[in-house]
Amino acid sequence: MKIVNWLLLISFGALLIYASLGLPNRGDGDAVMHREKSPAGSWGASSYYIRNAYRDAETLNMVTVILADYRGYDTLGEETVILTAGLICYLVLRKRRTNRDDKKPLKAGADAQT
Amino acid sequence: MYWEIEALLFVFLIITALISLYIKDLLAAVVTLSAFSFISALIYTVMGAIDVGFTEAVVGAGVTGIFFVVLIFQTSRRSGD
Amino acid sequence: MRKHKYNPIILMVSRVVSPFIMIFGLYVIFHGHYSPGGGFQGGTLLAAALLLIRLAAGFDIAQIQFKRILGTPLGSIGVLIYFGTGFLAMISGGEFLNYGFLPFAGFTEAGLRALGILMVEIGVGLAVMAILVAIYDDLLEGYPHD
Repeated sequence: MKIVNWLLLISFGALLIYASLGLPNRGDGDAVMHREKSPAGSWGASSYYIRNAYRDAETLNMVTVILADYRGYDTLGEETVILTAGLICYLVLRKRRTNRDDKKPLKAGADAQT
Repeated sequence: MYWEIEALLFVFLIITALISLYIKDLLAAVVTLSAFSFISALIYTVMGAIDVGFTEAVVGAGVTGIFFVVLIFQTSRRSGD
Repeated sequence: MRKHKYNPIILMVSRVVSPFIMIFGLYVIFHGHYSPGGGFQGGTLLAAALLLIRLAAGFDIAQIQFKRILGTPLGSIGVLIYFGTGFLAMISGGEFLNYGFLPFAGFTEAGLRALGILMVEIGVGLAVMAILVAIYDDLLEGYPHD
């Protein structure tokens, strides 16, 4: 069984390496996704961000402008996801400390069934 | 120019990932997983994505390790399989 | 962690190191306009400083620093700061989350956008810090403290 695991691992790694051979080089200015214009001739959104980020928000860090201003809805959704994770941990993991009597016959019945 | 550093970091990345998969002691697995996160943060920094590397170093190597250690101390320390 | 006494050396080192991590977290939040960083990273650093004290001194002593009941309300307040910034821009004439319409006098439109980004980052940092500490406290639930 271990041989099958290793064979699957090695073949999947070989597949990934073969797929990565078709990607353009990192920082290649002539690749299609790094050009200012798309192949159809329209201006991409990234060139607008690079040209106008400082003029729009007077902030030197372009990543902050994109995350908090241009893509504000994304960050709001991300915050909601984090808050939901915290509330779910509250609901699932936090137990009530009171020793109520109506839980005991239910637990005894569960024990009797098993 | 940086490809020697990157190749060395990738070798260490694969080694730490395999160790954290196959080790029996779960506490040592958590430590190697933190090392994996730190090395991947270094790779992001070498590639030029400093924000992603910063987030990976803080979250992956810091807070996640604390959470896993707490969970290990509440359950058993040895791996079952 | 189960039944041993807490080591005074570890407690001393944590008490020295923790304020510096906290200051660095605040720096990362408020200097996010000019250097890599932002609300998420800074909030996680603040949470790491609080969790260090919780690991070293035990759950009961760490209640003096950050009470366990504060976790979920502070997270909600952080998300409400974010939502309130967008809503304030909406009720004063612009679109939702369009910071150029914030009702503060004495700023240009670009300056208003920088101010809106700062308010949003503060909300994100507060929410992330409080919720990470709350998740840690919930994981310790049902476990005999000390």
